[in-house]
This record gives sequence, structure tokens and C-alpha cells, in this order.
Amino acid sequence: MTILDKKWSRRTVLKGGSALAGAAVVAPTVFVRDGWAAKNFRNNPGNASSVKFGFNVPQTGAYADEGADELRAYKLAVKHINGEGDGGLMNTMKPLSLKGNGILGKKVEYVTGDTQTKSDAARASAKRMIEKDGVIMYSGGSSSGVAIAQQSLAQEMGVVFMNGLTHSNDTTGKDKRRYGFRHFFNAYMSGAALGPVLEKQMGKERKAYHLTADYTWGWTQEESIKNTTEGLGWQTVNRVKTPLGAGDFSQYITPVLNSGADVLILNHYGKDMINSLTQAVQFGLRDKQVNGKNFEIIVPLYSRLMAQGAGKNIKGIYGTTNWNWSLKDAGSQAFVKSFGAEYGFPPSQAAHTCYVQALLYANACEMAGTFAPPDVIRALEGFKFDGMGNGPTEYRAADHQCFKKVLVVKGNENPTSQFDLLEVVQEVPRSQVEYDPSIFGGELGPYEA
Amino acid sequence: MFNLSPKNDTVTMAIFAIAVLAMPLWLAPIGASYPDLLQKFAIFGIFAVGYNILFGLTGYLSFGHAAFLGVGSYAAVWSFKLVTMNVLPAVLFGTLIGGVFAALIGFVSLRRSGIYFSILTLAFAQMSYNLAYSVLTPITNGETGLQLTQQDPRIIDSLFVAAGEGLPSTNLFGLKMSGYPGFYFCAVLLIIAFFISLRIFRSPFGLKLLAIKSNQVRMNYTGFNTRPYMLIAFVVSGMYAGLAGSLLAVTDPLAGAERMQWTASGEVVLMTILGGAGTLVGPLLGAGIIKYFENIFSAYNDQLLHQMLAFLPDGMEGAVVALLGLFVGEGWHLTLGIIFMAIVIFLPGGLMEGIRRIGGMIQKRGGGKKPEQTGGVMRPTEQEG
Repeated sequence: MTILDKKWSRRTVLKGGSALAGAAVVAPTVFVRDGWAAKNFRNNPGNASSVKFGFNVPQTGAYADEGADELRAYKLAVKHINGEGDGGLMNTMKPLSLKGNGILGKKVEYVTGDTQTKSDAARASAKRMIEKDGVIMYSGGSSSGVAIAQQSLAQEMGVVFMNGLTHSNDTTGKDKRRYGFRHFFNAYMSGAALGPVLEKQMGKERKAYHLTADYTWGWTQEESIKNTTEGLGWQTVNRVKTPLGAGDFSQYITPVLNSGADVLILNHYGKDMINSLTQAVQFGLRDKQVNGKNFEIIVPLYSRLMAQGAGKNIKGIYGTTNWNWSLKDAGSQAFVKSFGAEYGFPPSQAAHTCYVQALLYANACEMAGTFAPPDVIRALEGFKFDGMGNGPTEYRAADHQCFKKVLVVKGNENPTSQFDLLEVVQEVPRSQVEYDPSIFGGELGPYEA
Repeated sequence: MFNLSPKNDTVTMAIFAIAVLAMPLWLAPIGASYPDLLQKFAIFGIFAVGYNILFGLTGYLSFGHAAFLGVGSYAAVWSFKLVTMNVLPAVLFGTLIGGVFAALIGFVSLRRSGIYFSILTLAFAQMSYNLAYSVLTPITNGETGLQLTQQDPRIIDSLFVAAGEGLPSTNLFGLKMSGYPGFYFCAVLLIIAFFISLRIFRSPFGLKLLAIKSNQVRMNYTGFNTRPYMLIAFVVSGMYAGLAGSLLAVTDPLAGAERMQWTASGEVVLMTILGGAGTLVGPLLGAGIIKYFENIFSAYNDQLLHQMLAFLPDGMEGAVVALLGLFVGEGWHLTLGIIFMAIVIFLPGGLMEGIRRIGGMIQKRGGGKKPEQTGGVMRPTEQEG
């Protein structure tokens, strides 16, 4: 071809070749940096007086509100671990190894990053934290796809990842990793908790229509809720996948009107849920009568931030949450108090789970007496604790999933304040939402990365 | 190194190779010397260099190059899943598929020029993106992204080694392709890619492409069929994009559809214009700057700003931090936008024009030589988009 018309003199080739050879000689000297001695681990703080956490949350995109609240919670957790502020849940957590002087006497610092709710960007940001900033643990959440991507990175890199808000069954199911931990509940538990309440409120003969965010979380939640509702005797009329961050859902909602369904299940979260719910209400779905019954909308995964965004449209709509600030136990009260004192409003469930995760990791290091990931992981596996707002909780060793009670909530009909939006209908005990870890498959992988 | 006359090509290549391989050293002072970012520099460098062959030489503004990048990534990950974790087949496969895709899209799009060509490529890229999210989810795994699993067949690997505990990592005959080895692998490919691009710029083929840019109608009147040349340029730059995409998968075995989004296509256009379209080194500079901003600037938070500005008096520090806070962290796009505007307004030829102007000033002051370059086959012509 014409590109190669230009003659390559022997000289050019030799010169080019020697340049490459030179490169090959230089390269290995730099590789050595990456190697480490046995028993050492990545980002070992050694004798340094501080350790770094990485907080990787969505600061832009459909989940940005949740991300902002998560970041607030992380900052608060770092304060409390370092012994500043009022101590928050360090006062109520049992058993507690932390002493309020950082972790193992080292002060905790942090770096932040933006996941942009994209797997690529999240992993790039996480790699920056691990390779450049030298974080000993990183954490964050709000999209299960992103969480799973970061969790598998954690295993490759040998740095523990504490999942923030991620609700997909896959996170601790088929995509579980030895280096990833989740405190938040999952779609299976939402289904198991919602079932009896739905049966009581809406009966056994219903026709459901699903709108589902098209990624791992949406898929598993749709499946779990479908299994539950079909177990009650409901029919599933249709299941439609919608792209994440669609903004306008009217083209998906119009077909619902003529489908013969009398329940709309919105497997959406964040701004997507705010938009789809608002539009569903604007289309008059809730005032309709279908098959002689009132048309109902269900949002299986609820949060106060979303409720705030959706305004009065959420009144009377059922869903589940991991935690709500209106809970009356000592742990919840302590957390709401110190978060409120810091920021002037109550925390969301995303903030709660992230705060707890940071504290749990710190506590596990203190328990293990080292930052070496295999030891910290063993300390967390099977760890039983209480006083963190969810009652007695266990980090199950088989899949790194926390087991605790789940809240079934309903949009408050008569809110007393702009934050009093969710009414707790029932606190479903752990035994009702527990399952056999083998049903989802997957393998944790090795302790030594 | 910026005086790129044909005579000292070999010197250029040598300096370029050394500069690229020594990146971990000279980028350390600005906090960019860690494997992931270095890999990104090299990979997006390849992407931009390839894009420049199309845009810089022919002036055809493609708004869909991210599609080839994404396709290359998917091809590479599938190669990891089905064949072997060795990176060579993945890279070859990714480049090839990128080229095939470019041939298909190019064949249709190149029937039009100017804005219609741009819109066509944009439409194809957006179509690929939406397909990846909907009909093609069995191949692409949708929003979650295509990932390796324990159950993948990996035909060749399974013949030689028993599957260990945990996921295998990408390797070049045993050398792990994460961290610094991954960077050097990408860097060597960047040097090769740059060399090929240099040869194209110097070749009669490159000259024909430049002629298409300056006046295609006249070319046609002289009886010269331009379309095959355009298609070759398009396919070559598509292969560069496929190579870059496969390297993204090599350094991090995961492929997501967001790599094909129109913003990603726009990014490579920005890189090329920022650095200087039609120049050899310019697109590389542009790629480096954009990736640097994306990774470093976006990570600045108030805490860091306070540390950096601790020398200011208290009241002023708060105000300055509040002001600067708008431009870092989530606001990094804003900073990038301002820089981009400034460059397009004051230096239409991109950063390379700035460098040339500075060089010219120094020469004038020194020996009174003419600042004008000679033998500039690839001198950037005016920006007409």
C-alpha cells in the first residue's frame, strides 16, 4: 500500500530497534517498585502516624443526592473514629474495640472521588485512591453495578472495599468477593419483608406491571419481587426495562394504563424513581379503578431523600428501607443527633449504612490488631454487633452480607415536618428475611489477593 | 522535539520513545505518576493519535469514534473470557474488530461530508451505545458491564493450567498486566502507534489525505477518486480506537457501554483540538491534559484546598476556598471548559501553536532566524471543523 512506499533504510530499522531494546532494559527496574515482600500487603501504613480511607461516591448523575449524603456520613465517621465530635455510634456500639484515638493509634484521613455512577469512572477513581493516595480501605455506593465493579477491583488490588448503598442480590450473591462487605440489605430481603404486608393491604388477586432500571440491581429486584408477589397469587402482566437516568418515563407509563394491570411496581431508585413516580401520579394512575380495585404503586426500595424529591406523590405508597431516622432505639437516636448537630437535618439510610460501614471496618482493624486485609477480613466475618440502629446484626461469613431486621414503610399521609415523610409500618425480624447463601451461587475467592 | 521536519524523524522518534517511557519519572512532581493514570495517558494517547489521522489530515470530523473504542473493549474482554488471559490475542482481536466496524460505518458515512458526515457517525455511535444497552445485553451485559467470571471457558488457558482460586489476571506470558508492567505494555504500543502515524503523515498517502482536506472538489475534477483513501484513513483510525479500547480492557478487564456514549466521542475531539489538530504530538498533549483534569482535579476537595491555602489569613482562606471549590471536585468540567475556550479563542491551532509561537519568539530573540518552519507537510491548517 502507499503508506509503505517510503523506503525503510537499514539504518532506520536499526535505530528504531535499539530504541525499543533500550526501553526493554529500563522497564524491569521500575517493575521492582510494584513487588513486595511476603507477608506484606498493599498500602501497609507501617510506622506512619496516619492511615487513609477512600470515599468513592456518585457526585454527579442520577444518584448524586445519595452520594452527597454518603460523603457527609463518612466525614462524620472519620471525626468520630479520631475521637472528635460527640462520638456518635461509638457510644452505643457493642462490642466496641475502638478507643477514640484513630485506629491502632493512627489518625484516620480520607480522600474523595466521584464515581459518576459509571463503572469505568468508579474504577479509575478507586485506582487513583489505591495507587496514588495509598488508601487502606475504600468505600462508597448508590449503584450496584458500580459497587460490583469496585468490589472485584478490591479483590484484584488486595484492598478491602466496604459497600455503601447497594441493594442488588448479586453484590453478595453471584458477584461476591472476599474483599467486599455489605451492611445494606438486598432485593431478596425486600421481597420477603414486603410480601405479607402487600397481601394484607392489597389482597391475593392482583395484576402487577414492572418498570425496571436496566442493570444488575433492577434485574435482581424485579426477580425477587416477582417471586414474592407470584407466591401470593398475583399475576405479572409485563416487565419493562428502562435505561438508567432516563429522565422522562412517560413513554413507559402510558402502556401501563391499558395493560389491565392494577399494580405498578417501580424498580427505580434515586432521581429515576422521583421522575417515574411523579409522572405515574401525574398520569392519574393512582385515581384509577382497574378490575374493581384501586390502582396501587409500589416502590420496593425507598429512601427519605427520594421521598423528599417526589413530594406529596409518595403518600400511601409502600416500600422497604434499611433504616429510617425516626427509629427510637438508642443507636438510631445517637446517630440522628450527631448528624443533625453537624449538618442541620436528619441522615438518610444511605448515610447511615456508609457511616456504619466505616466504623465497622475501623473496629475490625482494631480487633485484628493489624491492617493486613486477610486478618481484618477474618475479624469481620461472622462478627456480631448491636447498637448500630438495626438491632442485633451479624456479618454472615459465607457471603459477607449483614443480617438484621428490615423496615417496611409507607409514604406518610400527614407528615409533621419536611423530613417526616416515611412511616414505619412494620419492623420485619431477621428470621423472616434470612436465606441460604448457596441460592445465589458465586464464590468469595482467596484471602490473599 | 517539536521541530518535526522529515530529516530528524529518527531523532523525534527516539526523543518521543524516551519521553513516553520516562513518564513515571517526569510526571511525579505533578502527582500524575501512578500506574492507572499513566496507562490512561498512553491509551488515550493512542486513541487521539489515531483520531488525528482522520480529523487532522482529512478534516473529516467524526463524532462517533467512541463506538470503535467500545467495540474494541468488548472484543478484548470476550477474548479473555473465551480464549486466553494472554493479552496479545485480545489486542489483535480488539484492533481487528475496531477496523471491521470502522469499515462498515465508514462505508456508509463517507458518502457525505461536512456536518452530514459528523451527524451520521454520531448517529451510528449512539445506535451502538443503545444496542449495547438493549438488544445486545447477552453480549455486553448492559449497564453492569462485561466482566470476567470463574466459569468462563478460556479454551487455551484451560489446556495448560488448572484454574486457580479467584479470577485470573491478564498477562503477557506470565507478566501481570496491571500496575507498571501494564503501563509499559501500553507505552510500547503507543510508541509503535505514533511511529506508524508519523510514517502516514510523511507518506504520499498522507499527502493525498491533506489534499482532500484542502480541496476535495478539485481532487475529484482532476480525476482522482478520493473515497478509497478516505475509507482507508477512517478504518486506520478506527483500528487505533479499537486498539485503545482493547488496552483499556487489558489494564482493567471490564467493558461498559458508557465507553461508547457520545460524550466519549466528544472527548477525543476535544483532545485533538486542545492539543492541535493535524500536528503529530498535539493530540497526545490534549489527551494527557484531559485525563489529568478528569483524575486529579476531580479529586480535589475542600479539605485539600484548605491545606494548600493554609498560608492565607483565615477570612480570606475561606473565601478563596469557596471560590476555587467551584472549579475543582465536581466542577472540574468547568475548568476544562474555560481552558478549552481560551485555547480555541487565542490559539486556534491548539497547544502546539502556543509552543510554536514561544519557540518562534525565542529564535527571533536569539539569532534573528525566521520563525516560519520549512518542510511542514503537517502544518496545521486553519480550523474549519
